[in-house]
Amino acid sequence: MQEIPGDLKFLKSHEWARVEDKGTVTVGISEHAQGLLGDLVYVELPSVGDTVKAGHAVAVVESVKAASDVYAPVSGEIVAVNEALPDKPETINEDAYGDGWIFVIKPDNLAEEQEELLDPDAYAELIESEDH
Amino acid sequence: MTQQTILNATHRALGAKMVDFGGWDMPLNYGSQIEEHHVVRRDAGMFDVSHMTVVDLHGARTREFLRHLLANSVDKLKVSGKALYSCMLNEQGGVIDDLIVYFLGDDFFRVVVNASTRDKDLAWIEQQAKSFEVKVSERADLSMIAVQGPNARAKVLGLLTAETRAKVEKIGKFVAVEGDGLFIARTGYTGEDGFEIIVPEAQAVALWNRLKEMGVAPAGLGARDTLRLEAGMNLYGQDMEESVTPWEANLGWTVALDEGRDFIGRDVLEKQKAAGGHALMVGLVMDEKGVLRHGQRVVTPNGDGEILSGSFSPTLGKAVAFARVPAGTSGTLRVDIRGKLVPVRVVKYPFVRDGKAIDGI
Repeated sequence: MQEIPGDLKFLKSHEWARVEDKGTVTVGISEHAQGLLGDLVYVELPSVGDTVKAGHAVAVVESVKAASDVYAPVSGEIVAVNEALPDKPETINEDAYGDGWIFVIKPDNLAEEQEELLDPDAYAELIESEDH
Repeated sequence: MTQQTILNATHRALGAKMVDFGGWDMPLNYGSQIEEHHVVRRDAGMFDVSHMTVVDLHGARTREFLRHLLANSVDKLKVSGKALYSCMLNEQGGVIDDLIVYFLGDDFFRVVVNASTRDKDLAWIEQQAKSFEVKVSERADLSMIAVQGPNARAKVLGLLTAETRAKVEKIGKFVAVEGDGLFIARTGYTGEDGFEIIVPEAQAVALWNRLKEMGVAPAGLGARDTLRLEAGMNLYGQDMEESVTPWEANLGWTVALDEGRDFIGRDVLEKQKAAGGHALMVGLVMDEKGVLRHGQRVVTPNGDGEILSGSFSPTLGKAVAFARVPAGTSGTLRVDIRGKLVPVRVVKYPFVRDGKAIDGI
């Protein structure tokens, strides 16, 4: 399995979140999640300017096999979306933690909400327990 | 208890992602389902289909029995080795299963039925066979490997002895011959040319490995599903079941209403055909982005329908599906995808044949 970058936080539903230097939060789905879904063929993005709430579905990723909601790890406003994904959804399969990012949130309440997220070790433990 | 084919360890060693399929632990893919799909369309791929059930029927009255059991007519089978696709119906005209039957001799036919329907199929066949004194033998000692794609035949021929190769080279589509201890049928479930090879279990791993050395790529059930959908082939349990007649599953072409043949379900089929107005199965293409999936609601001017098999088509780069819709439905319909009504076109299928999109898809 690919190593999980140490600067990421996770939701149990397999989204990752990276707090950037400027205070925004970049969001994608984990390497483990892309592996479960298989070849991705469609990504439905939110719109820049949308207000999102932590734990609510804001995007959809679909593989040949299944459709899966992508939940917001924190509340705030969508300030960027990965426009390359609708034409190249397989980018998520190829680079889940990098070029496969899905959207960026400008958070409202980061300090409190990020306490709820899993650190890489806790996430690694979670997927380990799901596998067995 | 999940069952395993003799190739289970081979799949795992190749890094397959395994899934439960009808009680069998089978490879979904070996990495990328889409790549495996393209390999079959462009070159050659192989599928372990040993979970399917091979049943041999012996007895002087076997042909007579099959004339009664099947909705298609085994009287079309005149030359040894010839195969026929048919539905096996219940008394209500509903589909118990779809199958392929091979004519191997006046007192010997072979049928291949689905894995997920094995128990009920065997029970039904045995029950019906009694009054015809036909002996029903499941061949659990046999494995099956499907080799499919434009280069599949050449690669298989390269493995055979000269004597067998000469025989296999000559067979047309939907014909089987035996040689080198193999039962080699020019059939498949992908819309490509190729063979389905029935092999004694003890030799299946060696055959798989030799095919791999010949450059045949392992492909999983995921690719098999998108290939057969593009090729316009029904999947039992998704496109038809016991409450659905062949007319409602676009399988009317497999029903032979030949003079004087009293097959199970015939009276119901004739009545339904005469009455008309029954539901239809149609092909759909979605030009917008997104994926059509089993169970989605189809909105038509005549009432709601439902997506049966639906998927992203790797060859076309867009979603295709079968849908069951009310009688008289055509043109542009809409599908409810997460609350949004997305337009879809009703099209004639297959969607893809011999590697290419059909015109108008």
